[in-house]
Amino acid sequence: MMQGVWTVAERELKGYFNTALAFVFIAVFVALSAAFTFYLGGFFERGKADLQPFFAYHPWLYLLLIPALAMRLWAEERKTGTLELLMTLPVSTGAAVVGKFLAAWLFAGLALVLTFPMWVTVNVLGNPDNGVILAGYLGSFLMAGAYLAIGACLSALTSNQVIAFILGAVVCFLFVMSGMDMVLGVFRPWAPDAVVRTVADVSFLTRFDAIARGVLSVPDVVYFLSLMAFWLTANAIAVDQKKA
Amino acid sequence: MTDLVVADTLHKRFGPVVAVDGISLAVPRGEVLGFLGPNAAGKSTTMKMLTGYLLPDSGRVTVAGHDMARDALAGQRQLGYLPEGAPLYGDMTTDAFLDFVARARGYRGREKTRRIATVVERVALESVLHRPVEALSKGFKRRVALAQAILHDPPVLILDEPTDGLDPNQKQHVRRLIRDMAADKAIIISTHILEEVEAVCSRAAIIADGVLRADGTPDALLARAPDHGVVTLTLAGDAGEARAALSDLDGVAGIEAAPARDGRAALRVVPEGGRAIAPAVGGRLRDRGIAVDEMVVERGSLDAVFRDVTGVEGGRDGGATTDGTGAAA
Repeated sequence: MMQGVWTVAERELKGYFNTALAFVFIAVFVALSAAFTFYLGGFFERGKADLQPFFAYHPWLYLLLIPALAMRLWAEERKTGTLELLMTLPVSTGAAVVGKFLAAWLFAGLALVLTFPMWVTVNVLGNPDNGVILAGYLGSFLMAGAYLAIGACLSALTSNQVIAFILGAVVCFLFVMSGMDMVLGVFRPWAPDAVVRTVADVSFLTRFDAIARGVLSVPDVVYFLSLMAFWLTANAIAVDQKKA
Repeated sequence: MTDLVVADTLHKRFGPVVAVDGISLAVPRGEVLGFLGPNAAGKSTTMKMLTGYLLPDSGRVTVAGHDMARDALAGQRQLGYLPEGAPLYGDMTTDAFLDFVARARGYRGREKTRRIATVVERVALESVLHRPVEALSKGFKRRVALAQAILHDPPVLILDEPTDGLDPNQKQHVRRLIRDMAADKAIIISTHILEEVEAVCSRAAIIADGVLRADGTPDALLARAPDHGVVTLTLAGDAGEARAALSDLDGVAGIEAAPARDGRAALRVVPEGGRAIAPAVGGRLRDRGIAVDEMVVERGSLDAVFRDVTGVEGGRDGGATTDGTGAAA
């Protein structure tokens, strides 16, 4: 099982670097995250030595970039017919799903690591709490995994990468938005508090806000991990059910 | 367990379209089964079920004794599969692709290197090892896909149109490869090239509208050809004389005029129920002193059998066209 996972993951990772996609993605990710931090986040104006303005925009950045990373995972296999090849190798569906997901997650992790100049900058300029920053990075990585699992699952539903991208972005958008006041406002007048809280709870924003401030709590970690588990299970079912 | 591949009354439908409607077959070691049928007859769907890629709606497949519904991975370790259209990871180089397949099949280290080297030599891929697969010619792509299927030297090979789109030399090469491997494997190939069946197959199954219409050796199928065993005579003299001489011969069902050749009359002597009448015809003509320029015993063509067996007269009216879209998917 583990052998199969890693074999698939390795092929997939190399696949990212076989095309210009890897470099474009990393360049765009690093550049946009910096732009958001400095221009929208007011990194300098705040006069605080932390990376909160950097992390605060990750949910929005991921909304655009992570579905782009996930869209090819299964849709391309369907389009070129290689799904048939992969699924008749002695590699279980579960191993293939996890392997592909891991490859994309590691790649997202690499992009995240390559934002280290931000961390260097803030350490040069001031005296930040690096524990808080590490928690932010870990939380961001976990959130990227949740976005990716959603994108991977939806990619398995179609052979068209553009459709996979749009579906992925839309579903991720719903998960982000469910924590916004305008969405909660729709529920508040009529729904019991418990419902409003549940809706807010599934939101990436609500969860990630705390994380960006340096509070990486167990429930938040469990939340992101179970979200990944759920979407990857759905991914495996989608692959198995839709083969013809 | 002599039969390496066993399919028991497979059924598969896609929505309203019945793609496979009760196909059963068994292929022992040493046999090359040719799967024949018009496009969208259910060949590919059947093969996908044999490989465990698709699950049949009902029916059972076992590969080397493994039930593909219960333990597909065990069966898949024993089989090599070339899917229709030979799909490949285009962005990988040939050696990276073969390396991936070898690892997915559990080979590591020297054993992996040895397996890849063997198959590269066998399929003659040395010259394209470091080129991306998508940049290869159609012939090479097909060979890479074949290499992938035989890398682990599996006892069962399922090849969906292995020679499709190849030039005659490449076809020859692939056929030779299949024949060379035939002795210790059970091989199933699908094709719509009838000559291929005679060239490589020890058995042929004709399928149409998802139903097995004929199953036998190529010779046995040929015997079903309408003109199998017909003796065509080109006569030096008058046709009437020969006609009279042969009309009461035992085993002759009828005598027809054939198109004249170079101004000489010709006759077709049709046997009764596939009997071998050539010796009797020759003997009778000699006895009567009738001069014959040429005497040919027709073998019949698989083409004719194929048309006969899969034609609309043969079965469910119009099925071939309505089945068309779904079964190919």
